[in-house]
Formats: sequence, C-alpha cells, structure tokens
Amino acid sequence: MSNVLILADHDSGKVAKTAAELATLGKRASSVNAVILSAPGQSDALAAQLANTEVEKVLSVESDDFAKHGIAAMVDALSQIVATTNPVAVLIPSTARGKEIAGRLAVRIGGGVITDAVDVASNLQTTQSVFGGSFTVTASVKTGTPVITVRPSAVEASSTSNSPTVEKLSISIADSAKLVTISESKPAVKGGRPELTEAKIVISGGRGTNGDFSQVEAMADLLGAAVGASRAATDAGWYPHTHQVGQTGKTVSPQLYVACGISGAIQHRAGMQTSKTIVAINKDPEAPIFDLADFGVVGDLFAVLPQAREAIAAKRS
Amino acid sequence: MKIAICVKQVPDSWAEKKMVNGVLDRESVDAVLNDLDEYAIEEALRVVEPLNEGKETPEHTITLISMGPDRATEAIRKGLSMGADSGVLVTDPALAGSDAIATSKVLSEVIRAGGFDLVFCGTESTDARMSVIPAMLAERLGWAQLTFAGSVKVDASNSVVEIARMTESGVETMSAKFPCVVSVIEKINEPRYPSFKGIMAAKKKVIENKSLADFGISAAEVGATGAWSVVADAQARPPRDKGVKIEDSGEAGAKLADYLAEKRLV
Repeated sequence: MSNVLILADHDSGKVAKTAAELATLGKRASSVNAVILSAPGQSDALAAQLANTEVEKVLSVESDDFAKHGIAAMVDALSQIVATTNPVAVLIPSTARGKEIAGRLAVRIGGGVITDAVDVASNLQTTQSVFGGSFTVTASVKTGTPVITVRPSAVEASSTSNSPTVEKLSISIADSAKLVTISESKPAVKGGRPELTEAKIVISGGRGTNGDFSQVEAMADLLGAAVGASRAATDAGWYPHTHQVGQTGKTVSPQLYVACGISGAIQHRAGMQTSKTIVAINKDPEAPIFDLADFGVVGDLFAVLPQAREAIAAKRS
Repeated sequence: MKIAICVKQVPDSWAEKKMVNGVLDRESVDAVLNDLDEYAIEEALRVVEPLNEGKETPEHTITLISMGPDRATEAIRKGLSMGADSGVLVTDPALAGSDAIATSKVLSEVIRAGGFDLVFCGTESTDARMSVIPAMLAERLGWAQLTFAGSVKVDASNSVVEIARMTESGVETMSAKFPCVVSVIEKINEPRYPSFKGIMAAKKKVIENKSLADFGISAAEVGATGAWSVVADAQARPPRDKGVKIEDSGEAGAKLADYLAEKRLV
C-alpha cells in the first residue's frame, strides 16, 4: 500500500514534536508510517505518544545498536524498512543528525535528497528558504525515493483521533554499520528557555552588549523567548556557539526577533531576516540592521531594555 | 598517515547572494575558501605537526581535495598557504550544477584513489548549507563517520580517532579505527592566518588537475543532467516594508513596549 515513511525522533523517552509535523506533511501525499528506532523496551511508550497525530502505523525497531553505533546503525535499519515498505517518500527532521541520516539514506537507497524544506506539497514538491531567506525555492526529487528533511516548526501539526497500530520489526544491524562506538552520551542541558529554532520570540545580543548578556536574558525571560547571539558575540566567547544566529549558525524565523547591539552584517541577517517582526536596538543610527527593522531604536540597549521590560510588566499587571 | 581534506570555493559569506535561473550566481561575487573548511585544515595541521616535528620529509601529509572550476585553485592555494602539503582539483564542464549526491560521488572516488587514512571536512559549506557531504562520504566509502566534532584526538600509532560530537542534542564521545571521515564544528579551534613564509611556500606546492575520466566517472552521473533533484522555481523574497525608527531621548523603552503591545507580541 502506498505510504510515506517518517522518522519519529525522540530524546530521553519523549517523542520530538517534529514527528507530528512530519506526519501532517506526509499525510498530504499518502498514509503515514512512523519509524521509531529505540533501545529495547522503550518503543511501546514512545509509540503511544504518536496517538492523535496523522500517523497510521508505527514501525518500531528495538536495538542497543542505535545508542552504541549511532547514525550508521539507524541508516541501516531505515534502509531495510524502505526496502520492505517501499514508501513514496521518506521525511526526516532537519536536525544535525536528521540531515546526516538523510544524506546517507539517499545514497544507500538511490534516491534524491532535499534538506531544510519548510513545506512539502501533496505531489512531494518541496519549498525551501535559501540564502538566509532571500530566495524561496521549489524543487522536487526526480530519481528514486525522495528523502526530504523538514525544518522543525515549519508547519503546525494537525491533530486527529487516530490511534496508530504498532508493528515491531525484527531487524539485524549489519556489522558494516558498527564501525563507530559511542562510549558516552550527554544530552544537552535544557535551560528554562525554549530552543532557539523553535521559539516564537528570539532576543539576540551582539557586539553592543560588550559581553554582558544580562539585559538580553532578562528580556528573554520576561517574554518566554530564546536567546540568540551574533557571530561577533560567540567568537568573543561571550555566549555559547550553539546560540549563534546567522550564515554559519542557526537560521531562525520567529514571530518576533529583537536584535540588541547587533549591526546586522549579511552574515547575521542571513540567519534571521525571515522573522515576522524585527526590532533593532543599536547606538549607531547607520547600522544596517535598521534596514530590516519594523521598529528601530537608536539608543543604548542597557537603557532601552530595562525600561521596555518595566513597561511591559506594567501593562501585564 | 595520509589525511585528505575536502574543501570548497564558495561565494564570500559576507556578500549578498543572488540566484539566476534557479542556480546560485557564482560569477558576480567574490569567491573564497569556505570559512568552515578552515577549521578542518587547522585541526588536521594540529594533528600532523607534532608528529612530523624534526623530520626531514614529513611522514604525515595533508592533501586538499576540491571539485569546481579552474578558479577554485585559489581556494586550494589558501589552504596550502596555511600548511597543507598538496592539492587535487577535479574540474570538468560536466560538473556544473552537480547536487550533493554527485559531489559526494566525485569526492569519494578521489579519496579512494588517494589511499587516505582519514578525511577531514567542515560541517557544511556556507552556500548550500546541506551538511550532508561528510555523512555521504562515510556511506560511499564504507568508512566510520565521526562528524560534528568539537574536539578530535588522533592516536596515530593505534590508528584510532576519538571525537566529542557536539550538536543541539548534546555531546557524544565516540571513536573508531581508521579509516574515518571526520567533520569539525567551528568551535573546535581558531584557524591560523597564512604567514608570509606559508604563502611563498604554497606557490611551490603541487595542485593536480584532474578530470572525471581520471576517476572513471561518466558525465551523465554528475552535473545538472545527473542531478537526482530538480529546482522548479526560485523567487527573490520581496523587500521588507520600511519600518519606524526612533531616537532614544529617554522614553524609547516605553515606546518599544507600546509597539509590541499594539502588535500583540507581548
């Protein structure tokens, strides 16, 4: 039967929200089978979390090899599932790991690969936002089974009253997929703040912070926002590299982006210019960031941010 | 130990990029060595330099491999001036418009032919930003994939590499026996600037020019005709509407709060 295969990512016993998003896109083309690759004994609890999504059937594989050998083992299992279920497309989350899995899988199964789609149509044509959102590209795979990675939060997941059936597959991982041994795995320490690429609001700091992100963070916490940083700020060691927004960092597209003390070089703009509303605070009236800003303040972020915070808090009370 | 590093010439990441007929216009902007490849070169140099110390002819070598037009020589030359030993450039008219599938095919054949122990790469190129080539190379070569390394330890005498893989999902310590494909993140080091001596030395280093035929790859497998995906349309994003800009004379913070409230953003 015609189907779309999605990879349901999970971490620390929780299925990622990308699974429901991929299912929503996959359902446009065909019925959705979700693959869960997990450690032994985990798959039932994970599969249960796919209830009320567009997933029709869960295909689960339990093996210690995924945690021990990583991506190559996951690709090996996926390629075997593709061979037996013959999907019209494979959808994978656009994370660092997801993109690598997609690349290897595409080579293995002889299908074209498209990464970082922000939309997938019922005919499997993809939409991508490239060069930091300065161009929108539609593309499709013309050879083999399309392997497509989709950016997290690109679409709103639809909810259903489905409760998917679960099929446990017994698959053995080839020795050639066990070349790497993972000896230790430390999940990212999740602070109280949302993930940068998933946040509805992002407050970013740059050179103008002079290394003091306290005002940027305080504003982020008031608004439930993620904290971003320019390359100048991460290169200076003022903020962790994982928070870098820009050409060589993360690409974000939140409802609101507030650039504090960021001049707005192309390098940075490439990572944030598709944000819905952009606010810029900078001492330099000539800073290029003002060309993008819906609301620009020529001023000192250390004066503007605390005052804005106070005013917002006052409005809320 | 022989290390290959895959490098790419890309449009300057600080310049505006444009598309013409669905492909990146590479002619109108300065072309430079992909920023992120410099970290791979630096890391490989840090691996071999201590091992080569005091040796007349270096026992451990670094070869830069690239695919692109003739002018990609400049990008390779920059890497040579940082300290790599030699270069291989695959140039062929048939390569224009190649996708990642084809690129990984060509690079993997060059690597296979060169008898390397390790391949180093940046995590992505700043133009296409797919981040798939290192993984595809590991797949095609059947080598161990050690990617997104925030630190690399090479034990040359035991032929083992250990890395700390650093991504948004956390840190994983992983290791494998040679041969391996390693990609490094930009946090790993501070790439050196080529010294005057390095630039002079690079002029004498050999860059081999190769064609597809040298690796037995047919033109039909690569380029726009061999691509497994096709661009239907590319549209420039409409310019943003001009916004409001105010000068802070003591009440800008409050005005900002009003603006956000009015837009229902707070």
